[in-house]
Amino acid sequence: MKIVVAIKQVPERDAPVRIDAVGRWIEEADLQWALNESDAYALEEALQLKEQHGGEVVVLSAGRERVGSTIREALAKGADRAIHIDCDDLGQRDALAVARLLSAAIQPESPDLVLTGLQSDDLGYGQTGVILAELLGLPHASLILHVEKSDTGITVKRELEEGWFQNIELPLPAALTIQSGGAKLRYATLMGIKRAKTKEIRRVTAAELGIAAQASVTLDRIALPQKQKTTQILTGTAQEAAAALVEKLKFEVRAL
Amino acid sequence: MSGILVALEDRDGRIGRISWEALAAARQLSSMVSQPVHAVVFGADTSAIATEAAARAVNSVLRVDHALLKTYTSDGYTHALEQLIRARQPDYVIFPHTYQVRDFAPALAARLGESLIGDVTSIGDGPIFTRQLMQGRLTGAYRHSGSGPCFVSVQSGAFRSDSVPSGAAPIESFAPALDAAQIRTRPGEPFRAAAQTVDLSSAQLIVSVGRGIKEADNLPLVQELATALGAELGASRPICDNGWLPMERQVGSSGQTVAPKVYFAVGISGAIQHLVGMKGSQCIVAINKDPDAPIFEVADYGIVGDLFEVVPALTAAVKAAKQ
Repeated sequence: MKIVVAIKQVPERDAPVRIDAVGRWIEEADLQWALNESDAYALEEALQLKEQHGGEVVVLSAGRERVGSTIREALAKGADRAIHIDCDDLGQRDALAVARLLSAAIQPESPDLVLTGLQSDDLGYGQTGVILAELLGLPHASLILHVEKSDTGITVKRELEEGWFQNIELPLPAALTIQSGGAKLRYATLMGIKRAKTKEIRRVTAAELGIAAQASVTLDRIALPQKQKTTQILTGTAQEAAAALVEKLKFEVRAL
Repeated sequence: MSGILVALEDRDGRIGRISWEALAAARQLSSMVSQPVHAVVFGADTSAIATEAAARAVNSVLRVDHALLKTYTSDGYTHALEQLIRARQPDYVIFPHTYQVRDFAPALAARLGESLIGDVTSIGDGPIFTRQLMQGRLTGAYRHSGSGPCFVSVQSGAFRSDSVPSGAAPIESFAPALDAAQIRTRPGEPFRAAAQTVDLSSAQLIVSVGRGIKEADNLPLVQELATALGAELGASRPICDNGWLPMERQVGSSGQTVAPKVYFAVGISGAIQHLVGMKGSQCIVAINKDPDAPIFEVADYGIVGDLFEVVPALTAAVKAAKQ
């Protein structure tokens, strides 16, 4: 099975977010970067499918040069090769335009399966995988926890709301968006990190793919969220704050 | 081109709450852009939900009926709505942000050359659509400038479903042309993984633990607090993903929705997927080392500090108070 996994580099979870001078995005200068969480699960699912059924895992990522470190992490975990869409204007592209970039790079690969994480931890659109399916003309399923190969294609376990699940059968080729938690993530081994250095990373630009930056939906400005409630912050040492909270719970909330 | 289409979802034969919220959003947009609101219902036989929708203040109800829409499939819904949108040429298409909508609306928008503005929390003049970024730590203001319709989905709980007055709207039918061969996926019946033995929804007090606990070995610290309070133990998604606590203790959009008297969020940053499952709690207490964590936006009481110091202190204080 040939699998393309589209992955995204996002700011580290606990990274401080500061709004930049223009007010359209955050200061990127001091940020630490990481592989988007649900994309890590998509990669894991792909690696497990390859281990069971053979084939090839190709990771694909778009972004500026720094994205290379996340690509190498995926190669160290076991992906066979990578495609880096070298592009510094992702911010000027909406969800459809980014998916068009990825789709143009995937098309000539003719994979059996295209996987992405469910959504990114930064923009959180949760659309890329579904749009990719549409652009590539593939059937798809989203919020997938597990993939099983069958005689006619694949059977996937989809997460619904409130603790419900559903199995869906799809023919191949297909596209899936992967939910976190379906498998246990592996760590890159020392051997894996060493091997990754010799693996192919093919760089291609947006211009070479022939996909111009465009957006019918634009992010005008970003802001800190407005508080929905007045929060009483209880200060002091841990003991003082705990004592103050117990007082509140007893006499204001009447819950103790 | 004109008008606002709002898609209402069938939930067990009735229109779900979040769909009424989507209608409330559509009505708010309608007052800004002076355009009529048309409710759309789809399924194999929508007569009951069409009647339910027509009893609300909308300009008309559009029934999209086809035998192939009996069970949800992305292909069926995308084809049917694409035909409806091409025929009606609306300026706006509003959806509730459900798992179903997330599965097909981005593809539908792409087919019409557009991008969905998803999970919108408010609509301002412009219109400007606000949605969360960076797991709720920031908000973003979005604007649509494409030539096609503007596709929007609205977050659960963001608009008031009870703000939609009653009415008496005409019902029209739209018959999509669908072929069984167009539907490429075969969905199975929904199932639950295992019998639920923990019912968090009826708990008066819940102590939930998140990523801040760092390791499974640290969980007893939080369990002791729950025991001292007589509370149920809950968790955010990453804790259950790691297998540290069973899935049935998960609070949030993919787990249980809870509304206890007091909800203690310990080491939980407050991603939206978690907040939707607990923000209806009567009182929310947040303990987190990050003062900017989104959980503090919904908290009534907050302690900014190291949970490994605060939780044992709180357990001791609760025990002392109960003696």
